[in-house]
Amino acid sequence: MRHISITCEQREAMLAAVGVERIEDLFCDVPPEAMLSRPLDLDEGLSEIDLVRRLRSLADANTSASSLVGFAGAGCYDHYIPSVVDHVIRRPEFFTAYTPYQPEVSQGTLQAIYEYQTMICELTGMDVANASMYDGATAFVEAALMACRLKKRSRVLVSDGVHPEWIETLETYADSGLIEVEVIDRAGSTTSHEAVASALATDAAALLVANPCFLGGIEDLETLGGLARDAGALFVVAANPILLGVVEPPGVFRADIVVGEGQPFGCPMSLGGPGLGFFACRSEHVRQMPGRVVGRTVDVDGNDAFVLTLSTREQHIRREKATSNICSNHALNALAAGVYLSAVGRDGLAQIARSCVSKAHYLRARLLETGRFSSPWEGPFGYEFALAYDGDAFEMHDRMRERGILAGVIIESDDHGDLVLFAVTEKRTRDEMDAFVAEVISL
Amino acid sequence: MSESLANTPAGAPVRGPRQTIFEIGAPESSCVLGPALDVPDIDPAEALGCAVRSVPPKLPHVTELEIMRHYSHLAEMNFGVDSGFYPLGSCTMKYNPRVNEDACRLEGFAGLHPYQPVETIQGALELMCGLSEALAEVSGLPGVTLQPAAGAHGELAALLVFRAAHVARGNPRTKVVIPDTAHGTNPATVSMCGYETVTIASDENGFVDVDALKAVLDTDVAAFMLTNPNTLGLFDPRILEITEAVHSVGAYAYCDGANLNAILGITRPGDMGFDALHINLHKTFSTPHGGGGPGAGPVCVTEELARFLPGPVPVAFDDGTFGFDWPERSIGRVRGFHGNFGVLVRAYAYTIALGAQGLKEVAEQAVLSANYLRTRLRDHYSVPYDRICMHEFVLSAADLKRDTGVRALDVAKRLLDHGFHPPTVYFPLLVEEALMIEPTETEPLAALDAFAEAMIAIAQEASLGTELMRGAPYTTPVRRLDEARAARQPDLRWTPPEE
Amino acid sequence: MGHPSDRSYSEDHEWVLVQGDVVTVGITDFAQDQLGEVVYIELPSTGDTMNQGETFGEIESVKSVSELISPLSGEIVEVNSALSDTPETVNADPHGEGWMVKVRLSDAAQIDALMSAGEYDSFVTKG
Repeated sequence: MRHISITCEQREAMLAAVGVERIEDLFCDVPPEAMLSRPLDLDEGLSEIDLVRRLRSLADANTSASSLVGFAGAGCYDHYIPSVVDHVIRRPEFFTAYTPYQPEVSQGTLQAIYEYQTMICELTGMDVANASMYDGATAFVEAALMACRLKKRSRVLVSDGVHPEWIETLETYADSGLIEVEVIDRAGSTTSHEAVASALATDAAALLVANPCFLGGIEDLETLGGLARDAGALFVVAANPILLGVVEPPGVFRADIVVGEGQPFGCPMSLGGPGLGFFACRSEHVRQMPGRVVGRTVDVDGNDAFVLTLSTREQHIRREKATSNICSNHALNALAAGVYLSAVGRDGLAQIARSCVSKAHYLRARLLETGRFSSPWEGPFGYEFALAYDGDAFEMHDRMRERGILAGVIIESDDHGDLVLFAVTEKRTRDEMDAFVAEVISL
Repeated sequence: MSESLANTPAGAPVRGPRQTIFEIGAPESSCVLGPALDVPDIDPAEALGCAVRSVPPKLPHVTELEIMRHYSHLAEMNFGVDSGFYPLGSCTMKYNPRVNEDACRLEGFAGLHPYQPVETIQGALELMCGLSEALAEVSGLPGVTLQPAAGAHGELAALLVFRAAHVARGNPRTKVVIPDTAHGTNPATVSMCGYETVTIASDENGFVDVDALKAVLDTDVAAFMLTNPNTLGLFDPRILEITEAVHSVGAYAYCDGANLNAILGITRPGDMGFDALHINLHKTFSTPHGGGGPGAGPVCVTEELARFLPGPVPVAFDDGTFGFDWPERSIGRVRGFHGNFGVLVRAYAYTIALGAQGLKEVAEQAVLSANYLRTRLRDHYSVPYDRICMHEFVLSAADLKRDTGVRALDVAKRLLDHGFHPPTVYFPLLVEEALMIEPTETEPLAALDAFAEAMIAIAQEASLGTELMRGAPYTTPVRRLDEARAARQPDLRWTPPEE
Repeated sequence: MGHPSDRSYSEDHEWVLVQGDVVTVGITDFAQDQLGEVVYIELPSTGDTMNQGETFGEIESVKSVSELISPLSGEIVEVNSALSDTPETVNADPHGEGWMVKVRLSDAAQIDALMSAGEYDSFVTKG
């Protein structure tokens, strides 16, 4: 395939206009030793029909959610995506546009982001939200860095209840030497309050926790937030977005920064990306907030209009002193999230969350009844829970896959052996869960 | 008047107060609810205890029709590549093939969970391996990670790789050198990686001042970051000497790949002596920009540095199967899961559709089209670095401003009235009143000519006085904005009127 | 140009008005014109010390950030807190209501090294 419309004849005319004879003359500044003297070692191009055949064969070599009944979550969830979401984000005016630097012709993107920011504020109970970040993990890291800037401290405390990949990401960024990461033990699936209290005895910029925890448990944000505040540390909460429809938002517990992975809001799992990182904070900290942000103003005629604002925080102006190096967002995913939340609305989100919670509680009870699974701890949970399997969890997982079931995610834990982490979304039916349970019994 | 706005015909300027999605619909309206419950209903208050929500979030309450009308209306106020010529310098706004959009939505790609067993994602892994191999070949750098989500994220990953390699040799070093033509992400990334930025001035031709570079190079320098072709659209002819000088003090040479579109199949950063490169798949490999993302910023490095790359990386085994692997001394993760896979699918589709010859043609035509436009405009605007350029070039409106009072910003805004997206303005910083123009290879000659004629017409309009130009644009959904008000009194979210 | 002659000026475009042992500091009309519309000002707190040649705050327009460089050393005795709500005062009245801090000098001799209005006018004309 090619996407060049210029003909050979036009090409000759353009070369003549430029005043060179051959295309090669345009590359006169490239030193001969650096020129590639052979064709690229890639296959020749494909027609669209052959391209589609090739891509389909690769896609068909995978087993997707439509043929594998999924009970896997662990940060990426198989929620239903209303049809309207993709119909909106396929509008080329949205997806073929650049970052909205020219507000006069970018009002669509800008207003959609402003509305998205509003929805994130409503869900998290925070004052301001940015235009989105790459994913939950990087939003989480940015929250830690922002806390260090605000508190002028370099040590952050991270609960072991946070997604392990997010902690790993934070530790990678900490290789810069700018921040020091201390991981706080769990007691069961949630953060140990004793461990938090003792770690806060030494100056820390922030306490970062997840709610629910990676292993499903609901945290006591009231107590954790109080401990952080008493020690002069900021309180950062990573939240599951669907559950924000039914759980008290972190803002109520006076969180300073709330982040999360927004994939459940209308983004396909897509092997884990792209989703979006949502990021919200209190208005008094907005000038230390990383990332793009859209504000409402007026144009010269006095009409309402939207524009990227507070840009002086950013890399293109503040360069080495910027709040972050990020110069984009996941605008299209933020658009999807906005459409998703408009489609489900307040009642729909609460109902979806309630449905997930009910189904997860049903499955957990049924799995425990089989006697093959046991619970390593008790305590409230949302729609994700971890159980210990009486036997070889990997073998069980393989056997289930042969039967078309993705039996959760196996977590190798230090304290409880191999655990299986299950998530149940509103897409799972009672029949699917009963079938899964029956297969477990038959093992 | 506000009530009638949603009915404004497509294409007509929209004026007056605008409704947000929170202000339309009726409180009882909804569009999508959860499924009928087929298990015992659990009251969240019971399951979650005291953590249950007391005040519901104020989300929109609209029907599906209202959603489509609202967002269609927003879309009509946007300008994308499909709307018209988008010569935004440094951004490579080329056509985004539709088949790629279909590809990433195939259930066998979009419906994959990141923690599925590798046996069930062999096609995805094969695709990622294929893309990695293609990027290694295009860059001349054999080690590839597909993890980074964007160019700036790739820069960060690469600098952390450099840091790890220096640490492995006993000393992380302290400084990173950049030229004054660098994108702002470069110095911001340097700071995030715990280094200090040292900026060097460019020479009179806009190239790296090699003497100035050599003067700051010492064994405290961890790396030199360079965009080549640079942000003036020029290929640095002394590139080999530059990378050699960087290596002579044990530092690494980093190539910001923002401008890779100019050199596909012509020359390779690895062959220029660079140790690492990030590739903006949303630029060169035509995955859409999405109004600001998602993109992807894979990093390619030398064999020496490959063992430090962030993981996991896809790997092809001898038995024909695929899996994930961790480089031996990996810096770790830079994000969750496996990268922006949906973007990688589009880039892979683009790569195999074009093939070796097609990619080279991209660079050739992109460079020819830029030179053609430069030639057409040079008699009407000053070209501060007027020589054969790569895929983009920079005009200056400094003379125009001196003669007529009309600035680069005014030219940009007036272009909107002529139906074109403006070029990048006021960048790079070393050109006064800069207008940075990148036509890309996909534009027809007629579009290039129409743009040139509009630019020439604007130069003539400018000579008639500043009033018309300062007021532009006139035909867009909104006109020039009060950006000072937006920053002074930030209004960053909609608030219900009663509050 | 016409910068008021009752005060002294620094090369970093601040003015200094002496009233007893307390001096008032602001930015010049020339500086505010160069910056364009001021949208945000970050100032130190009362009781902080400022040191000649060091940064004591930041001033932002829509698309630029500039550091405020102390023209002299001393203890800050008053800060113009009104500027946080109405930073545009710096554009409207840079030499009056747009003042930034009042400082009790630690070294009065530093004043002598600053420029007069006439000297400053020619300094900015030369560019």
